[in-house]
Amino acid sequence: MAIKGSIVVDTERCKGCGVCLGACPNQVIALSKNVNGKGYNYAEPIKDECIGCASCAMVCPDGVITVYKTKL
Amino acid sequence: MVFNQDIIKPENLVYKRTNVLTDAVMHYCPGCGHGTIHRVIAEVIEEMGIQDKAICIAPVGCSVLAYNYFNVDSQGAAHGRAPAIATAIQRLYPDNHVFTYQGDGDLAAIGTAETIHACNRGENIVIIFVNNGIYGMTGGQMAPTTLIGMKTATTPYGRSVELNGYPLQITELLAELPGTYYVTRQSVHTPAAVRKAKKAIRQAFENQKGKKGTSFVELVSNCNSGWKMTPVAANKWMEENMFPKYPVGDIKVNGEKVSK
Repeated sequence: MAIKGSIVVDTERCKGCGVCLGACPNQVIALSKNVNGKGYNYAEPIKDECIGCASCAMVCPDGVITVYKTKL
Repeated sequence: MVFNQDIIKPENLVYKRTNVLTDAVMHYCPGCGHGTIHRVIAEVIEEMGIQDKAICIAPVGCSVLAYNYFNVDSQGAAHGRAPAIATAIQRLYPDNHVFTYQGDGDLAAIGTAETIHACNRGENIVIIFVNNGIYGMTGGQMAPTTLIGMKTATTPYGRSVELNGYPLQITELLAELPGTYYVTRQSVHTPAAVRKAKKAIRQAFENQKGKKGTSFVELVSNCNSGWKMTPVAANKWMEENMFPKYPVGDIKVNGEKVSK
């Protein structure tokens, strides 16, 4: 049984500060090459190794990350 | 983007933005600790179920628009006078949860008198003090809490003791007063620190529920725009330079000073 997680980033609200990148234990998050409506390189998940620990959501100043977790 | 649609279902939700914050996009700079602190306070209010009883006193400073973000009753205060307003509202509505949200320029400079006297009277209020060592909103001028040698707009060669005096450790000062019941210093730069800060803010509101006296929570935060750094570098600089002067931890618990 493995714990699998997934995050959803509200890309329009994300300001691309990058604080979540360092908080992630599995380096799942990276800043996108694309920009949102305000011109920020928003954060996005790049790997399928999320464990749903919600560390990224804990440190996000704008609360743009929603976290899901399940046991497979 | 990697999305696992099998996982993204309402029953698997572990974390989402609290409804005690409004949908307004915060005006704070990217990576600013204010946003995290707002969210942590809102989560505590939601968990305690006191949204209809909480009253936020918004200060002057970067967080002057705090009432746009907290979905609770709010009152704006003149610069530094939030503890005085909070005193009045708490005395008129003793069963409500009145909290002030203040920065270091507001609380430790222009509002020193109000802060010290409200704490000395032991008013049953929660004071949230965000310390980033700088006047962020007005363009990064020196604040009382600015570190020695720190370069700001008004100390371009670094703060010197001869000219500007010493950094004000107002939290330690307030812990000496008999009116304060709970005095602590926390930060919000890592997930572990956020959890500890949340616990401390929860404790402060619980003390208020029990009408114990003033609860004072300092949160050492970053000001990446004022410090002229990236958000991640500012958090690292804060750990290396702010924490030796402003050590994180409880200073006074249950009316007794914590022995170090």
